[in-house]
Amino acid sequence: MKIEPFASFTGTPVLDNAPSADLAIEARGLVKRFDGFTAVDGVDISVPRGAIYGILGPNGAGKTTTLRMLLGIIDPDSGYRRVLGHERPTEVARRIGYLPEERGLYPAMKAVEAIAFLAALRGVPLKEGRRRGQELLEQHGLGYAADRQIRQLSKGMAQQVQLLGTLVHNPDLVVFDEPFSGLDALNQGKLERMIRSLAERGTTVIFSTHVIAHAERLCDQIAIIAGGKVPFAGPVDAARDRLRPQVRLETRAQDGPWRAAIPADARHEGRFWFFTLPESGVEPLLRALIEGDAGILSLSIERPGLHDAFVSIAGEAAARALEESAQEEAEKANQKKGRR
Amino acid sequence: MLRNHFAAAWVIMRRDFSAVIFSKTFIFFLIGPLFPVFIGAMAAAVGSQVSRDIDNPVIGIAMPAHQGDAMVAARGSLAPKMSGFVPEYTVLARLEPGEAFDARTVLASKGVKGAPQLAAVVTGTLDKPVLTGSSERVDQWRGQIALIAAEAGAPGPRTFPEVKEDKIATTAAKQHVDLAVTAQAGQVLLFLLTMLLAGMVLSNLVEEKANKIIEVLAASIPMDALFLGKLFAMLAVSLVGIAVWGSVYGMLMLAGMKSIPLLATPAVGWPLFCVLGFLYFAMAYLLLGSLFLSIGGMATTVREVQTLSMPVTMMQLMVFFFASYALARPGTWIEVASLVFPVSSPFAMLAQAAQSPVLWPHVIALVWQAVWVGVIIRVGAQLFRRTVMKSGPARGRKSRVGGWLRRSTKAA
Repeated sequence: MKIEPFASFTGTPVLDNAPSADLAIEARGLVKRFDGFTAVDGVDISVPRGAIYGILGPNGAGKTTTLRMLLGIIDPDSGYRRVLGHERPTEVARRIGYLPEERGLYPAMKAVEAIAFLAALRGVPLKEGRRRGQELLEQHGLGYAADRQIRQLSKGMAQQVQLLGTLVHNPDLVVFDEPFSGLDALNQGKLERMIRSLAERGTTVIFSTHVIAHAERLCDQIAIIAGGKVPFAGPVDAARDRLRPQVRLETRAQDGPWRAAIPADARHEGRFWFFTLPESGVEPLLRALIEGDAGILSLSIERPGLHDAFVSIAGEAAARALEESAQEEAEKANQKKGRR
Repeated sequence: MLRNHFAAAWVIMRRDFSAVIFSKTFIFFLIGPLFPVFIGAMAAAVGSQVSRDIDNPVIGIAMPAHQGDAMVAARGSLAPKMSGFVPEYTVLARLEPGEAFDARTVLASKGVKGAPQLAAVVTGTLDKPVLTGSSERVDQWRGQIALIAAEAGAPGPRTFPEVKEDKIATTAAKQHVDLAVTAQAGQVLLFLLTMLLAGMVLSNLVEEKANKIIEVLAASIPMDALFLGKLFAMLAVSLVGIAVWGSVYGMLMLAGMKSIPLLATPAVGWPLFCVLGFLYFAMAYLLLGSLFLSIGGMATTVREVQTLSMPVTMMQLMVFFFASYALARPGTWIEVASLVFPVSSPFAMLAQAAQSPVLWPHVIALVWQAVWVGVIIRVGAQLFRRTVMKSGPARGRKSRVGGWLRRSTKAA
């Protein structure tokens, strides 16, 4: 039985006895509760090897908790995960690089020592770690800061040092939690280039973000998390295809029989009509406009961006989650009443 | 897998050890325990001088004619033969027959500056001496005065028989007591060192939590490797401290040409006793340290650690008192319990090394203690993951206990 990597992720998990070797990460039905609050509720994720995979979601959606479960920092209450072919992520910790959302290094350590320490944690001998650290710092224009203590560096520089420490052991899988937060525009661009070059070398990159533009530019695949659930997982294009294209029409005539071809919920602003492309497609609309002598001045059909898709998918999921929680509350209240 | 565990622990140990050793504050750690030694030595020197000045009692003699001189002479001949302290005698007055002497007035007066202060006065005659002084002094010296007066009144010089000496090294009873003293001294030293050093471990994980580096550590290495590395780093730091303090003490002893206080040779001999002392210190440190590391791991701030340090010190004291109490009850279930109970076992076993030459129980005890170090580290690491890193099932007894511990330290 083969895993359906990017199928619908809300049903019963479909698992293979021998998992696909093409997947760097596969997780099914991950659940995590904290003090009665369900932070992650049945998350399924499949990340192909060598892909750039984005986990998108609003604040508090469960992105970090999901990543922490995938890394083995915390264990799920239920569900299944396999990272680089191992069910215990800590067994392959030496092949993983991790940059947490809350960055942290020992302030008294020198930059090069900090990188060597992070390398040593992943099994690289200290001497080799120092050599690689020095090399990486020089490559990224930070060679002059190699012997400075972390506390003497700016926040951005310290963040870059930690980023280099995340990659110093040449991991097969890199996990970044909100990697762009705290970086200026120049460094964000630099990081995007670094992520692309990692993927080109065959490294799997998974990162969480709530800034959709980064995911749209970088990711091959995404998972949208909202309210602890994954309402969508798959290629970026598939997410965008969830929404119908948007039509912007400008006509010379203001009225006529052609108006019947315009959807009832279309928005009329000045000379422009805005509406979602009907299911029947663009041809019947064009025909009606021409035959009805509408006088087409301009017509544009735009494919929705990932941002729109995200707002729609996450919004729906959040609304569903809100509804479900209200229902649960109501049921609990009824049960209490019944007991009384 | 196990190799990776130890390699990870080594990385943590190396980082922590060098972070402590090369920090500027380490010098204060080293000289800290020497302050009480220097202050104690100074206080002892001043105290002994004051004591010599104050507590050098003199008994005044006011007796008819030559009787006072006879008392001083008799004191001179008997004092070397008497054990215990015999005060100096000084003749205050050689009284004419029928002459009165008011001893109470003399004792009440402040006397002449520079002259010795009188603690008591002997009046009357050699047949009927009268000792005037405070109640304690009279009770203390009544027997001495009677003996010296009898000697002073005896006709002609008395010769004392020479006692032939037949000294034996020790008696069974003395040996038992001496070994118990050595055992207790070993326990006290072990306790002082662990109390001084094991508490440091309490705040060991606060740095990682404050720096947020704990996330990277938790993702990179097993939590028990982190605990193990931290524990051994602090043990190594402690050993550096002990080496420095021991060297300073040794140099002071050499400079003062004094030997260490004489203790009976332990049953296993001094070299082996020292080796076992080292091993039991390491075990006591690791056992208490792993416990403190686990408890301290629940704390999120330095304030919480400070709140925890007092109960932790009390716990150490209780362990020490238990082991000391068991020392005085050989062969009872209390002794067995102190040997078996993991945290008191190193103390009790060191006492055993002083009192019994049998070696195999030490092998078993060291293995037993090492197993418990492993168990505590394992449980502590799991507890840390469950409560601090928020892992594992949200329900369950253990997580509730961890939560309670955290809540109670927060409330404190």
